[in-house]
Amino acid sequence: MTATRDSAAPTPSSPEPKLGAVPSFDVTLRIRRFLPESGKDEAYWEEFTVTAYGTDRLLDALHQVKWEHDGSLSFRRSCAHGVCGSDAMRINGRNRLACKVLLKDLNPDKPITVEPIKGLPVIKDLIVDMEPFFASYREIMPFLVTNGHEPTRERLQSVAERERFDDTTKCILCAACTSSCPVFWTDGQYFGPAAIVNAHRFIFDSRDEGGSQRLEILNDKEGVWRCRTTFNCTEACPRGIEVTKAIQEVKRAMITRAI
Amino acid sequence: MTSITSIPAPRSPRVRTSRRTTRGNFELYGWIFMRVSGVVLVVLIFGHLFTNLIAGQGIKAIDFGFVAGKWASPLWQVWDLFMLWLAMIHGSNGVRTIINDYAERDHTRLVLKIVLVAAFLITVVLGTLVIFTFDPCPAGGPINLLPSFCSA
Repeated sequence: MTATRDSAAPTPSSPEPKLGAVPSFDVTLRIRRFLPESGKDEAYWEEFTVTAYGTDRLLDALHQVKWEHDGSLSFRRSCAHGVCGSDAMRINGRNRLACKVLLKDLNPDKPITVEPIKGLPVIKDLIVDMEPFFASYREIMPFLVTNGHEPTRERLQSVAERERFDDTTKCILCAACTSSCPVFWTDGQYFGPAAIVNAHRFIFDSRDEGGSQRLEILNDKEGVWRCRTTFNCTEACPRGIEVTKAIQEVKRAMITRAI
Repeated sequence: MTSITSIPAPRSPRVRTSRRTTRGNFELYGWIFMRVSGVVLVVLIFGHLFTNLIAGQGIKAIDFGFVAGKWASPLWQVWDLFMLWLAMIHGSNGVRTIINDYAERDHTRLVLKIVLVAAFLITVVLGTLVIFTFDPCPAGGPINLLPSFCSA
């Protein structure tokens, strides 16, 4: 490298990085804390600066804070590989899984804001009470409903029939979609995208016979008709499910059934 | 490192467990009505704008006589009646939806909906009355402003 080409040439004290070395950088996390045991009713922001590598995810930075800076920081995580759906949080204002977001993709020059997902009661720091979310999920009967005797062999379906609801089988119940929905934020009464997605998974399954019941459940004042198609849910889904499309398909099924 | 700003306390949503189910086809038909009335209103409103502002002598033709002449015809009476009712139901239902989406407390919702229904009723009743009880030839009106068929 010639000195004239690059004015910010590395100084002698910082030798050029070795080929293949992972660059490291400092990143500031601005975390919304809520400590019920402190007796305070208010949540507050707290900033931590950690050294991270280009291959680190936000979850690694949170681990570093918890393990090396402040052990009281609380958040959920289980598999840490984007499958269990435990670590959905609001990262720079968008619902993401902390284990799927690379720090280098978040612009580490600015503090990264990390908040609990919105619309559900905060228990501590980034942990929310998921019960209202799961209550809606249970209401839509997320299990196979059939009539008559149990068959002596598997319930077969064609590739096309399986394909019909393939997209909505991918849900991991992380609540990123439901807690990104402005209608859910208002009063938490709306069933929410996740419940509708999981109803869609059975409504359009050729083996299931409870579709009519599920449509009836979602034909509620707080059901699919509260969807305003803002697409926040589709944008938030870490599994890439076309959530808004699924909701619209359930709406269409209801209209066809009613008329 | 710690910075404290004024953020609202973590809030709890209303509990779902005691929720009454509110199933029924009201919202379904409401959703369909919004789409159908929207399409019909586009035709009605653009037809209205065309006849009033572009056809014939254009905007210069609008005066008391023009409006009175239009409302003497059953076609325009029905046209305007449909336009009034569809626009009012479509618009009020939209505002009802917005109230449901944004008002967080039941009391606020109730008050806003009462105001909305009152505004709807006043506008629709007054408008309907005007369309059907309008007198195109008021006694003693200036002849030059009245529609041509009033000369008798």
